[in-house]
Amino acid sequence: MLAYAVRRVVATIPVMLIVAVITFLLLALNPGDPAAILAGEDATTADIDMIRESLGLDQPMPVQFVKWITGVVTGDLGMSIFHGRPVLEMLMARLEPTAMVALATILISVLIAVPLGVIAAWQAGTWIDRAIMVFAVASFSIPVFLVGYFNIYVFSMQMRVLPVQGYVPLAQGIIPCLTSLILPSATLGLAYSALLARMTRSTMLEVLNEDYIRTARAKGLSISPVLIKHALRNAAVPIVTTIGVAFASLLGGVVVTESVFAIPGIGRMTVEAILQRDIPVVQGVVLFAAFTCIMVNLIIDISYSLFDPRIRY
Amino acid sequence: MLADPHKTSGPEVEPRQPMLSVENLSTHFFSRDGVMKVVDDVSYKIAPGETLAVAGESGSGKSVTALSILGLLPKPAGRVVGGRILLDGRDLVPLSEGEMQHVRGNEVAMIFQEPMTSLNPVLTVGDQIAEVLIRHRRLSRKAAFERVREMLELVRIPDSARRINDYPHEMSGGMRQRVMIAMALACKPKLLVADEPTTALDVTIQAQIIELIKTLQQEEGMSVLFITHDMGVVAEVADRTAVMYNGKVVEQGATRDIFDNPQHPYTRSLLSAVPRLGAMAGHRRPMRFPVVDRATGLSDIPAETGETVSPGQPVIEVKNLTARFNLRGGLFSSVRRRVHAVENVSFSVQPGETLSLVGESGCGKSTTGRSVMRLMQPMRGSVLLDGEDLLKLDEEALYDRRRRIQMIFQDPYASLNPRMTVGEAIAEPLIVNRLASRADAHRKVGELLEQVGLRPEMARRYPHEFSGGQRQRICIARALSVEPKLIVADESVSALDVSVKAQVINLMLDLQERMKLAYLFISHDMAVVERVSHRVAVMYLGEIVEIGPREAIFGNPQHPYTKRLLAAVPVPDPARRFIRRPISNDEIRSPLRAVDYVPPERVWRDVSSGHSVMDWGPEWEARA
Amino acid sequence: MSDLPIDALPATAPRPKRRGLGYFLRRHPTVAIGGGLLLIMVIVSVFAPLFTAYDPIRIDPGMRLKPPSAEHWFGTDQYGRDIFSRTLYGGRVSLLVGISVALVATLAGIVLGLLSGYVRMLDAVIMRTMDGLMAIPSILLAIAMMSIMRASITLIVIAIAITELPRVVRLVRSLVLGIREQTYVHAAIAIGNRTPRLLRRHILPNIIPPLIVQATFIFAVAVMIEATLSFLGVGTPPEIPSWGNIIAESRIFVMIAFWTILFPGLFLAIMVLAINILGDGLRDMLDPRLARRM
Repeated sequence: MLAYAVRRVVATIPVMLIVAVITFLLLALNPGDPAAILAGEDATTADIDMIRESLGLDQPMPVQFVKWITGVVTGDLGMSIFHGRPVLEMLMARLEPTAMVALATILISVLIAVPLGVIAAWQAGTWIDRAIMVFAVASFSIPVFLVGYFNIYVFSMQMRVLPVQGYVPLAQGIIPCLTSLILPSATLGLAYSALLARMTRSTMLEVLNEDYIRTARAKGLSISPVLIKHALRNAAVPIVTTIGVAFASLLGGVVVTESVFAIPGIGRMTVEAILQRDIPVVQGVVLFAAFTCIMVNLIIDISYSLFDPRIRY
Repeated sequence: MLADPHKTSGPEVEPRQPMLSVENLSTHFFSRDGVMKVVDDVSYKIAPGETLAVAGESGSGKSVTALSILGLLPKPAGRVVGGRILLDGRDLVPLSEGEMQHVRGNEVAMIFQEPMTSLNPVLTVGDQIAEVLIRHRRLSRKAAFERVREMLELVRIPDSARRINDYPHEMSGGMRQRVMIAMALACKPKLLVADEPTTALDVTIQAQIIELIKTLQQEEGMSVLFITHDMGVVAEVADRTAVMYNGKVVEQGATRDIFDNPQHPYTRSLLSAVPRLGAMAGHRRPMRFPVVDRATGLSDIPAETGETVSPGQPVIEVKNLTARFNLRGGLFSSVRRRVHAVENVSFSVQPGETLSLVGESGCGKSTTGRSVMRLMQPMRGSVLLDGEDLLKLDEEALYDRRRRIQMIFQDPYASLNPRMTVGEAIAEPLIVNRLASRADAHRKVGELLEQVGLRPEMARRYPHEFSGGQRQRICIARALSVEPKLIVADESVSALDVSVKAQVINLMLDLQERMKLAYLFISHDMAVVERVSHRVAVMYLGEIVEIGPREAIFGNPQHPYTKRLLAAVPVPDPARRFIRRPISNDEIRSPLRAVDYVPPERVWRDVSSGHSVMDWGPEWEARA
Repeated sequence: MSDLPIDALPATAPRPKRRGLGYFLRRHPTVAIGGGLLLIMVIVSVFAPLFTAYDPIRIDPGMRLKPPSAEHWFGTDQYGRDIFSRTLYGGRVSLLVGISVALVATLAGIVLGLLSGYVRMLDAVIMRTMDGLMAIPSILLAIAMMSIMRASITLIVIAIAITELPRVVRLVRSLVLGIREQTYVHAAIAIGNRTPRLLRRHILPNIIPPLIVQATFIFAVAVMIEATLSFLGVGTPPEIPSWGNIIAESRIFVMIAFWTILFPGLFLAIMVLAINILGDGLRDMLDPRLARRM
């Protein structure tokens, strides 16, 4: 079991390396000259050269890569060109809203989607199943920003029930914080739970067709242990895998949601950085996002052995 | 037609109310394409303590009657549309799902065909057995687990205290089936429904399970509905038999009567297609199966095939073939263990001869077949085809020589590309090897289809439009297209129904006679092997333990494993039913070895001309 | 062995008649609905000039923010541009990007997937790279790539295709590995097929159906991502009307002129929905047939 976990951890290293290379290439392909931007419009060539040297931008690419990578590994993600602050510090400052939105979304989605998917599979072919599936396919066909505006329009402006935009930090109280999270996570959660519900349904359908479910029914068990104890536990691995794989899309959706709801999180910071051509920030965010995805998937990988005793070597 | 007056042991059958009475049962399947009358007006009875076998081939509806009894038909497609199912007097058909849940596992229990997939892989074995007790007997968990240990011992699983916490994947097929039986019998049901419970098991394991069911039936006094297509198994287990065909019961009665004096033409054709072990004694050459006309019930007299074997240079000569697979694991994916699939195997096949490789799972026969075709590269050894070593040829030469040996596989459904027409598939060897132009190939395909008993216009159809037997004929036509000298038949008839099997074997024997074809016939079915072979090699754990002419191996087996194998084959003779065979309860050993294992040197002994046996060690003497 | 007499087809049974399109559509309603909707959208977008007389980028200061009327069916935006024609023309961008991405990603994915499945040495490299790409959220990656160069439709297509590539590669690879183990492939090798013909005749034809389904879903995702990118300001250049652009430009007016967002949004949602429904329908249509044939 431990050997398995260690092997999974070791397996993530090459992936993270690839991510680092891709992220670094983003800088390498950028036609703009950060030194010139930093120097300003009136600078002379000599000034620009000086800045370039100080930033280490005159070194050959592989050298720059190594320097950058060693920095990353020790926690130094570089400095923002625009704001002049360490990227890592900026990330940490805006981490809480993003993390809260993401977590709230996952929780709501899993709690809604998995039972819906199970019911749809159990009642496959009936109107309940069809209704759930139509709802699901419609939900993930509407882009997040549209859902967001619709929600704002209906709940904040017309019904005046929930805050329109912005985020209330935890420090100011848990209820206000959660209230400010409702609309954003419901928005993002719509698409995420639709995806999960579809996946749960199709996995459960496959499982329910297996021989051991027929055996369970032949033993005279009622529907509830058949569905949950026998079927769902076998469906758990693919479902949990989907939660992990879809996590990357979730993070993408968070970026959009923050834009729509004006939440001061990492997503909005990224969009601003793009428009300002603040490459170190973009790099830092991409790295951080990828790292988080890899970690989440790693935890999920290791958790398989909890569900499936065959995955234990 | 109730009690069998010839019974000498077994429970006394009193003329009481039958335990199960199926009356005019009709089950239909509804789909967008129409209605299928899968079970049509079927009636049979089982007395308390009696075993009834429902025998038939695929499509007969036998399994669906069982599913109807338990109310496990696939909804909404399947439905019981008429008739009654009386269990101890009570009609099960009108019961609601909730009421049926109290009957299933409690009064009626069912065991299924595939032990590998019928147990939930994520729950322990103990948990799954205890469930039934907790559900129907309301035992506490502790009390239930106590009972579970008793049940495991009842089904002869050693070391029950430890096994309770095992997961299904840690057990072999035979053991899993025992667990299924324990689960079924936990609440002491009145009726046990067994749907082909031994079909997926190796023959020695099959014999163990059948013995177990017979013993338990006597101990518990329950009725058994035994569904099977294997007439040998029918003869062994059943007091009475019902034969089903196309959804109807065509004949029913005491097993003895059915076998000795079959009335219905279908029963006659079915029984004639069943190879009986020992029936070939006195015949020197392979023999066709008798063909019974389904309408009249009249049979022809099968003849031995003509002389097809030529002496002289063998078609293939296999020498010292060894194939091993590495199993990796651990932190650095190092090699942990090895599978010694084939170990130092040597044999030869003469032109026009059929050599059979027999053995159970893991014996290496399939791997040997693949190595001979060079579908995989064995570690050591040579395969001489007309004197040239096939294993050492370069690619160009290999593709050229390969024409002389062709292969037919086990699964007729998977051997044909679903997106190619049958004609394209048959012509492919000719096209690929540039042996004929497209026009010529087209003509040849027509001829080949006729040779295998199909019609030339079928060339335009796709594989899914044909039945299993027909697809196997197509595969044979494909193999014949390049006029090979040897055909490797890897379990080619194992997946076919009894009567279809007989037809395909007759075809293969005909072709052998006409074209002097040689066959390397790989199979686990001893009775079929006896029918078709000139020579037989028995394999165990990757080695040939005995090899010789067919009469010698079957008439005078030497090696303990050969004897064990022959003893385990169910013989379709009801008179032998109450002879308790000496069945050891051993598992089949696996060819998995430690990395540093060195195979021992083997010594061979000649018993008579052409008949050799491997010397066996003391571990064989300790057993039966 | 199944007990259902599915294919006890007697040799003399005639070939089933070829039924018409109507029969086909009735049996597969999802394909009919999804395909039909999509077809409508394609027609109104591609043949937009036939449906509207207005130039989508022509400014008319006198007609700002007018609600829907007989002259302007969807109303006008803050520059007086006719929203109906902007919506129709915007569809062209979505279609172009969506289909291009699906094609590029699928073709590149087939090549990489085949290499990965067949050449063991490349397998590890390709799969690790795909894992890395998948770890980066697609929007982020697309945004980052868009920020590198000047925005253009080609760049968008490439950026989104790269983010969708790993999905296709994984699918192709797993299909190839699965099919290689099938008996008919072993049989084909035993007959004498060499690798090129094996790929062409046996492997590729059996990969295509699931890939078609996958490509359809990629089409839908690409449309959504393009709209999102344009919405965030890093997608289609503002001089070309795309639904995301249109919504982004007018979003501040949502309170007083909701029609500026409603109609493009509706069209966007309907197009993505239509493609997804089509994809579902295709999958159901191709799946059970595969199961029955195999």
